[in-house]
Amino acid sequence: MSFFKVENLGIRFGGVVAVDNVSFEVKPGEVFTIIGPNGAGKTTIFNLIGLLYPASSGRIVYQDRELTGLAPHRVAELGIARTFQNIELFEHATVLQNLLIGRHRHRSTSLWQELVFTPATRRAEVAHREAVEKVIDFLELAKVRDTLVAGLPYGVRKVVELGRALATEPKLLLLDEPSSGLNPEETDDMAFWIEDIQKILGITVLMVEHDMNLVSRVSDRVLALNMGAAIAAGTPAEVQAHPKVIEAYLGAPV
Amino acid sequence: MRFLFKTGYEQDVRLFKHGGQVFWYGVLAVVLLAAPWWAGDYVMTQLHFICIYSIVGFGLMMLVGFTGQISLGHAAFLAVGAYTEALMQAAGIPFVISISCAALFSAVAGLIVGLPALRLKGIYLAIATLAFNVIVEEILARWHSLTGGNEGMTVKPVRMFGYELTNDWQFYYLCLALTVLCGLACVNLLRSPTGRAFVAIRDSEISASCLGVNLAKYKTMSFAISAALTGIAGALYAHKIAFISPEQFTLFQSIELITIVILGGIGFLHGAVLGAAFVIVLPQLISIAKGWLPEGVAPTGLQAVVFGVILILFIIFEPLGLYGRWLKVRTWFELFPFYRRGMFRRQKSYMKSERLR
Repeated sequence: MSFFKVENLGIRFGGVVAVDNVSFEVKPGEVFTIIGPNGAGKTTIFNLIGLLYPASSGRIVYQDRELTGLAPHRVAELGIARTFQNIELFEHATVLQNLLIGRHRHRSTSLWQELVFTPATRRAEVAHREAVEKVIDFLELAKVRDTLVAGLPYGVRKVVELGRALATEPKLLLLDEPSSGLNPEETDDMAFWIEDIQKILGITVLMVEHDMNLVSRVSDRVLALNMGAAIAAGTPAEVQAHPKVIEAYLGAPV
Repeated sequence: MRFLFKTGYEQDVRLFKHGGQVFWYGVLAVVLLAAPWWAGDYVMTQLHFICIYSIVGFGLMMLVGFTGQISLGHAAFLAVGAYTEALMQAAGIPFVISISCAALFSAVAGLIVGLPALRLKGIYLAIATLAFNVIVEEILARWHSLTGGNEGMTVKPVRMFGYELTNDWQFYYLCLALTVLCGLACVNLLRSPTGRAFVAIRDSEISASCLGVNLAKYKTMSFAISAALTGIAGALYAHKIAFISPEQFTLFQSIELITIVILGGIGFLHGAVLGAAFVIVLPQLISIAKGWLPEGVAPTGLQAVVFGVILILFIIFEPLGLYGRWLKVRTWFELFPFYRRGMFRRQKSYMKSERLR
């Protein structure tokens, strides 16, 4: 049984082959990173895993269950959470409310119970808040918990989005460029959190990242893409030294 | 200014956040419950209509204000509720059952309209709902055997538990009770997972979906709930007017209904009530003003013009509506003298992820 596996995944937009026959497997408990130059198809792979795009070919298997063909919201229900490269938060809600929406997959009350707000609903709401508060403690968001997201600086939003994904209590966390737009200190914090998510919370992380310092610090294994195709896989050091990776980033030696 | 020190999660979930709210809602409750003693016949009628329109306002607010779906066809749901009630009362069915059916049938109509909402957005959804309104209006006019066509039909007074509610005050308490119940249901919904899912769809469909919100299910559910509330209001409306005909449920009625939420303040349940009061009181003010104008100056279309101008002014100068204005005034007093003009201005959001659909 495999935890998470992508087999021969591909998608084409008209004549453009964005992802071409990519296969990889993520083992439970590891941090697996996908790197590659701009336009390599990294985010497209995430969108394929999230079923936001229908794959042209290949399979995505999660805990022996085929994901391709399911409705997008089923992915989250199965325990896969993601963040976005450019942040997709609910702007006109507070940080707490944003994290509470992350609890959606753990809802236990029916519409009627909610309309009447039965004691069961009240207990469930308190339980959701307890769970969210753990995430707030973990990511040190306590001082912004009641602030509207629209008024928060970029770095904090990035953390809130990570928190919202953690509030779903995922088994697999997809991080789309967690350090983009962050300053070196914030990136450092992010690295700590990713390590903690892996070691303390025991969540498997699949991420797309450009910052090679962060990548080599937190990842167990790395996959390098170029022009939609996998070119190298292995430990961070192996991939960084791989001639095809160097060629993809710096160009071929003349 | 009041600072709330939270010591338990229960406090977040509670209906009234602090003693001040309990006091002011208590005062409001007493004033409204005592209305039959202080209000004359005329004011009573206005209060009936404010209650009825508030329920429509709640319904529209759930849909437009919290789920972010537009509807220009709510008069059709009002019609479904009104005709269901009228026909069932004529058949001698008890009020409790007939008004439940009015809500139910409207909800079913809402589900039917909700289905195109899964594929349509913004102006296209507005056109689809508008078309639905026209279709329902036409059906009501043509289905002569059932609805009496354009001649309309009379509606009997409410009969509950063997009594006929013939007095104004009896009907008033009925309207008030239903308004409070509907309002409470909306508040309850908004503090539970379903309400949060609605807001999530409004703010970002893509991340709502990635957090496990079934977009199709919740959008249709929002339409159904909104339509059910409007259906309840429609039933009361039928009894209030005592005579219904298709021309009461035209597109113009729909626009008047959407005006409630825009003037009241999109995204605030209180706004639904304020908007309803405004929409009911304004025509009266206009007809008073007409008396002051010299003969021939006030044209018959004055009301539509004033409504239009007010709507435009609100959208330009106070997009948060009446309730937003009230929030600003309250904050000004709370923070005096430190209120700044930009406090309620929404910041430009950062670049959104690439739009996927």
